[in-house]
Amino acid sequence: MEFSASHRFWCEDWDAVRNRAVFGAGASRFSHGHNYALEVTLRGSIDAETGMVMDLKQLKDVMQVEVAARFDHRNLNEDCEYFVDRPASAENLALVIFDLLDAALPAGALHAVRLAPLQDLAVEVTR
Amino acid sequence: MIRLTRSYRFSAAHVLARADWSDERNREVYGKCANPAGHGHNYVLEVTLRGETDPQTGSLVRLAELDRVVREKILDRVDQRFLNRELPEFQELVPTAENIARFAWRALKGEISPAVLDRIRLVETSKNSVEVCADAEDET
Repeated sequence: MEFSASHRFWCEDWDAVRNRAVFGAGASRFSHGHNYALEVTLRGSIDAETGMVMDLKQLKDVMQVEVAARFDHRNLNEDCEYFVDRPASAENLALVIFDLLDAALPAGALHAVRLAPLQDLAVEVTR
Repeated sequence: MIRLTRSYRFSAAHVLARADWSDERNREVYGKCANPAGHGHNYVLEVTLRGETDPQTGSLVRLAELDRVVREKILDRVDQRFLNRELPEFQELVPTAENIARFAWRALKGEISPAVLDRIRLVETSKNSVEVCADAEDET
């Protein structure tokens, strides 16, 4: 699935010099945005009756509730509780999404979450 | 476990042929890739790292630093080059996708600490790509 959100790499407690030293030259107190591409991989045995590992509609509903409803068209730093005390990096967002989906899906079904903020950058969380 | 994959592009020419084989043998083994004048590809190099995120930055690696290392160790050496003729590494070794991926692995391993090099994937054409992974490569 794809969702769009904004974030920034900037700590208000620090001056510009320290922010740029820690986050790099692109650090700014103003946010920028991405179209995040999210790939969710499940694993499990194939249900003998349906021939499926999981009903895709069920997975889609979980992703809608746990991911899209929380993050789509939001500012990750300002609108979300998850990034009050840690940067809204792709790594941290992928870790949060993994935990949210893992809690909502059948136990052990979630194998990997791959989150790509850019075409040439992706992070993947597995157990 | 968290992994990060960054993709890079470069274009290079190569010939797949061994100097110690006859033209016929090279043609037989490598097919049209043995054309002595060379041919080229737009390669995609995917570099995957694993490790821990820095609590302060939330990041596994500083991307600008990763980009600098990949540029200096690989891209500046191979982009717009004829690999057989211009790189000492491929004077003897045939620059197949497999060997180019292994070259990239060796060039980057240990250079991006504290993150650990986890995988190199080299896409040569839309039909073929090769992967070099930590478990197998460190034994060679």
